[in-house]
Order: sequence, then structure tokens, then C-alpha cells
Amino acid sequence: MQVELRDPNVIMKLSRLGSFHQSKLSFLRSFLKEFKDWEYKRDLFNLDEFGYGTVVYSFTKNDRVYSLICFANKLEKDERSDRVIATKWDAAFTLHDGVPTKKDIERLKNEVPKQEVGRLSYKELTLSRANKSVRIFNHVVESLSNGIQPDINLLSKVGYLYRTTAVYGSGKFGLADRFRIKNREEIYGPFRLEMMLVYLVRQFTFDQVNHVAKNKNPKKAVNLDPEICKNLGIGNSTGLGMAPFIVNHPTLLNNWIYARETALKKIREIKNIKTEDSDLFKICLKKSIKNITSWNTESEYQQNKIKALLNDLNIFINIIEKKFDFSKEFAFNEIYLWLEKNSGEECIEYVVSMMMEPYDNIINPLINTMSSEEEKYFNIPTNRTILELKNILEDKYSKILNIDFLKKENNQNFWFISKNKEEPRLADRFIENGSELEQPLAIARDIKKLYDLLSKFKNSLTIDRFLVNNSDLRHVVRRAFIIEKFPYSEIQDNLIGQSIVPIDMLRLKLSFFGALKFDPRSDKWLRICMFQGAPLPEQLKNYDDHWVYNSLN
Amino acid sequence: MKSLSEIETVSKRSSRAAGFSWGIAEEVGKNIRMLELFGLNGIKNLNYYFRARNKKNFEKINLISNENKISKIEFCPIIAGLNFLDQVRSLEILNEIKFEKIAYPLLFLPFASRASEVIGKKLELKIDNRAFLLNYNNSIYANSSNEDIIEIGNNVSIKFKENEDSFEESEWKELYKLSENTFVEESESSKVGGAGAELTDND
Repeated sequence: MQVELRDPNVIMKLSRLGSFHQSKLSFLRSFLKEFKDWEYKRDLFNLDEFGYGTVVYSFTKNDRVYSLICFANKLEKDERSDRVIATKWDAAFTLHDGVPTKKDIERLKNEVPKQEVGRLSYKELTLSRANKSVRIFNHVVESLSNGIQPDINLLSKVGYLYRTTAVYGSGKFGLADRFRIKNREEIYGPFRLEMMLVYLVRQFTFDQVNHVAKNKNPKKAVNLDPEICKNLGIGNSTGLGMAPFIVNHPTLLNNWIYARETALKKIREIKNIKTEDSDLFKICLKKSIKNITSWNTESEYQQNKIKALLNDLNIFINIIEKKFDFSKEFAFNEIYLWLEKNSGEECIEYVVSMMMEPYDNIINPLINTMSSEEEKYFNIPTNRTILELKNILEDKYSKILNIDFLKKENNQNFWFISKNKEEPRLADRFIENGSELEQPLAIARDIKKLYDLLSKFKNSLTIDRFLVNNSDLRHVVRRAFIIEKFPYSEIQDNLIGQSIVPIDMLRLKLSFFGALKFDPRSDKWLRICMFQGAPLPEQLKNYDDHWVYNSLN
Repeated sequence: MKSLSEIETVSKRSSRAAGFSWGIAEEVGKNIRMLELFGLNGIKNLNYYFRARNKKNFEKINLISNENKISKIEFCPIIAGLNFLDQVRSLEILNEIKFEKIAYPLLFLPFASRASEVIGKKLELKIDNRAFLLNYNNSIYANSSNEDIIEIGNNVSIKFKENEDSFEESEWKELYKLSENTFVEESESSKVGGAGAELTDND
């Protein structure tokens, strides 16, 4: 039986993309898989009694070394802010390519804590900073220094000791360009070095908290129980800075979604499901419920989504346990079709992620297809005709072409780059100034404009002639020829409409990172947790790939 | 040192700020990145060009022909380059394209380099006495050192090089003969067991 890939007009709607969950394809899981047999070391631990100073960790294999350099600094209470406009942080980090010399560390000590206003070099790969969850960090120090373990219930409510507020890579602030390292096999998957940074930062938080507790009360202090460590991750506050990324990298977006869709298609096409595979699917599904019931958020929007997800999942699990027969042919296809009929988007996508768990043979080859050589698809095929372009638009943007942009609500917002922090922002064009400096993210509006204009030209005219006097639409002409080859390269929604929920864009990206517990703090930013439940570096050589579902929280 | 990613982003944004559409600004961003990667002065030339553009309204050429003459002011290198790239498939039959006066012609170069890749032919770009061989957008060979700024290219020409060998057949044969010394004489039994052996191809 052949199953069709799912329709991009359905899957690429924002509400669906904003319902994606982590899976075996997620970058933090594929990072751990890739680096599990690398040698982990703590090369330098030079902190004072309060935990301020420099620490270096490394991963090594053969001649390749990646070193995380951490700088922990004193931060006054009134200086601590998770917002991107902050200028100081509890700790700042960079991932260095190779073994840093003393000179490198001295150079980086001056630059890394400055973050966006510092300058890095081609020898640095990623850059980040993080702030303590002060309440949790202090509680852990207090407990450990008194010889007792901290309150697990309190820890589980937060899930981490530190929150990062941005992780930069790919040439930002002088960091190495991707072209310098893209041929390294160990980083074929996207964002692998960003994941490495976050993972090692997590270890730093444990080492620092143990060190501070020990110094506070050397005789009585104990180390944080490794099992508790394992169940702590790294928090992250993410705002709109991340949203335009998925619009600005259409072939990359396609490759992420295409990998997911290909996995689902292949799983639905399995004729006979092995018992061990259906058992693993059921185990992961049931265990994962803990991740939902411990999902704390004050966002009513997310609370409703969680409630609906939990409700749908309970019904689904009941059917799987009591009525469903996995010995029938194409059982996963039947499950999928049932979900489409009976469940909401959150639940459908949740179970899709779960279906991947038993199938390393399907998932592993897809992981290396998730990067993109974007330059290859940049040139516009200008020898094509207006008719061909019109056909692409009608075929690939059919829903978009029905939007009436003369209506105020469909043209309500505009995306811009803020002057103070050079960060993407969204504003109401009828209230705020600056819409003349709009970023090219109103893809739906511009595609519609292109389509309307094309009808005024001869079908046989070639694109080079059309572009001569219509360069204002060049960016969407390019996109149209990209989507022709990459069906999942475009969000099939209006990104400037009144009803846009920008966090859906963040959620999509973060789900591919492997984040858990999305906690929207508004419609424009959210908090998440990464690596909660993940093995510690010293446990990597022999770890359970389904650790995501083994968390105690 | 600035990364190529920073160079591309700033070039793109500044082009938009200078009045180009986002689609053209994206092209300029890629081009300046390419120039800097190849060791040519992209950022400097773009800066000088934008400064000059504030004072002069450079001529925009739309449809490119074999002889392109200005009416008053030099051609804008970005519009000329962009239209050359877009129209290159129909231009290659002309064998040679000439432009009279292109402002800051180094900004034209990356469009021509990309055009070389699009049509799969090497291009010879001449800017007055400077010559550049553009090799399918993979490399650039130049006969002059990387000068800071070329404000005007008075005579700019582009020749489409046919995909022909750069050597004589006799030179090839000489080298091929030498390469044969790496081959081993096959035994009779080896010939019998080779692919297709003992079969008739008339089946």
C-alpha cells in the first residue's frame, strides 16, 4: 500500500505547525545520538567560593575537539533580566573550535560576557548567556549545603536551574560561518553545535551549584543527586527573534517538515507491525503522559490546548489498550486515519511523534537530510513563463489566494527590525509608525499581489521580462519557484493578519529543537525546557534513547 | 573580522535602505558575500556606490543587447548586473556583450559570475584593461591586483567562452599515453570472466 505525503495546505497552517511536539527527529536527541561516543571532559574549573570564574568542558573524538568556555559573573538583583535588551547575565558561554589557549580564554573573557556587543572570531562556533532561576538555585544551594537534597516538587515546577535567553551561531557577531564547518559529518544535522552548547551549559549549572554549596558549608555539604540532575534541564525564554528564521530559510523549513512527513508516510506503509514495536509505541505513549500532566503554564491559551490534548490522548489510549488490534495489516495507518477523524491537531501531531519511537531504521537516515544547501536554490529560473508561474501559485498557494488583503484585519500587522537590539518585532500598522520599513515577511500578501499582477501579462512572457519592471515582487517570485520543488517550504497562513499567533512559529521551531513544556507568557514569547530527563555527559556512552519519557517530572 | 553572514545581512539591509526592493537587496547581499569570499572589495565598492548614488541618478538599463550605450550618466551596476543575470540565457547567442560606462563595475561582476554558472559557460569580463575569467561561479581569475575602487568602467565587455579544451589534441594524447602506464595487461582467463562474457548480445 502506498500512502501519500500529507497535504502542505493542511500541515503548513500555523495552527498545525504550532501543535508539533518533539520527536526522534528533534535536534537535541539527534545531537546526543551523534556525540554519545565522544570523550567528555571538564578541562578547567576555576570558580571562586561564590561560583564566579571560568570553566571549560570538551567533547573529543580523534583529532576533533569542541570546548565550551563558561564565564560566570556576579550580577546584582536589579541587573537580572531575561529580555533580549539585557546587557549582563549570570553566565555567558561560547563553544570554541578546538582546545582554547590561555590567550583565547583571556580574549574571550573580555568579549563573551558582552554578548551582542562583543566580537567573536572564526574559532568560535556558538554563543549564549543564561540567568539563574534565583529561587530554585538558592533553594538547591541551601539544601545541599545543609547536607540534604532539595525539594523535588519545587524543582519539578520549574525544571531547571538556569534559563538561556538566546543561542547564536552561523556567523553572528563574528562567529564562524557555517561554510567553514558544514562538511564535518558530526554536525550534518541542523543546530547541532547550538544543542551541544545548551547541553554542556546544563552540566555547568550542576557543577556550579555543587561548588557553591560545598564552599558554603564544606563539612556538611552534599552533591546534587545525579537522578535529580537528570531530571533538570535548561530553560529558555524565546521571543519573536526566532520567528522570521523559518520564513527566511524556506528550503531548510521544507527539509525539516519533509523528514517528518516522510517518516510518517513510511510508518503508515508498514504492513505488519512487530509486537516489540507496537509495545514500544504504547510504552512511550503512556509514559509520556507525565510530560503533559507536569506541563505547567499560566497561559490560558496553552492550558486549553493541554486540556484538549490530554482529553484526546486518554480517549486514544483507551482505544489502543482495549479495542485496537495491532496484528491487522497497516495498523499505524489505521491509527492515523482514526486520529484525523477523532482528535484535535495537538493530539494528532503528538501521536505522530510517538509513532516514530520504534523505528530507528526509518528515522536515522532522515536525520542527515534535515540541513539545506540554500544557495543552490537562490537563482530565479528566469527562462520560465508567466503561465508556469501562475500555475505554481494556483497549485501551491490556493488558500492564500483567497485572502482579501483589502480588508483591514488581513493587513493589520507588520514585521520590523527594532533599532535598539536589531531584533524582529511585530506591530499594528494602523497604530504604530514604521510600516514603510516592513520586513519581507508578508509572504501571503505579496504572493496574492503577484498573482493579481500576473493576469495582466501574456502567458508566454518569460520571467526575466516580467521582472524588469516588477522588481518589488522579486522576493516572492523566487519563493514561488522554491516551493515548486520544496512543497513544505512555506507557511500557508497570513503572517500579518489580525489573528496571527506568533508563538505558533516559535513552537514549530522549538519542537524541532526538542523542547518540552511550552509555556507561553504572551502571544509573542514563551518559556521552554530543554534536555530535561536527558542523560548526564558521563552517562552518554550507554543511555536509553527514550529518556524523554523517563523523566520523573 | 566580520563573518560572511554579517557581510551578507548588512549588505542586504543597506541595499534595501538605499531604495532597492527586498528581492534585489537579497541579490546584492549574496553578491557582496561572494566578492569578499573571493578576496575582492565588495563592502568598499558598495559603500562608495551608495555614496555616489545619493548625488547621481545612475542610468537603469532594462533590456540588454549586444551594444549598450548610455544616454547621459553611467549605468547602475546593480540593475545592469541583475538584468544581465536574468536575461543571460537569451544573451549567450550574442557571443559578446558590450557596455559603455558602468559605475562601480566590481558590483556588476558577481552577477556575471553567477550567470556563468547558470549557462554553464566560462565568461571573460573585461573592465577597461582589467580582465576577469569567471569560472562557473566557482572561482575568478584576474589579471590585476585587487584595487580598492573602480569608479567607472568605461568599456565593459563580456565574452561567452565556448566549452572547448584549452589544449591541443596532441597534448592530450601525450598525457593519455603516459596515463596508460598505470594499466595492467589482462590475462586470457580474466577476459573470459569479464562482464558480459559468454553471452550473446543478440538476444
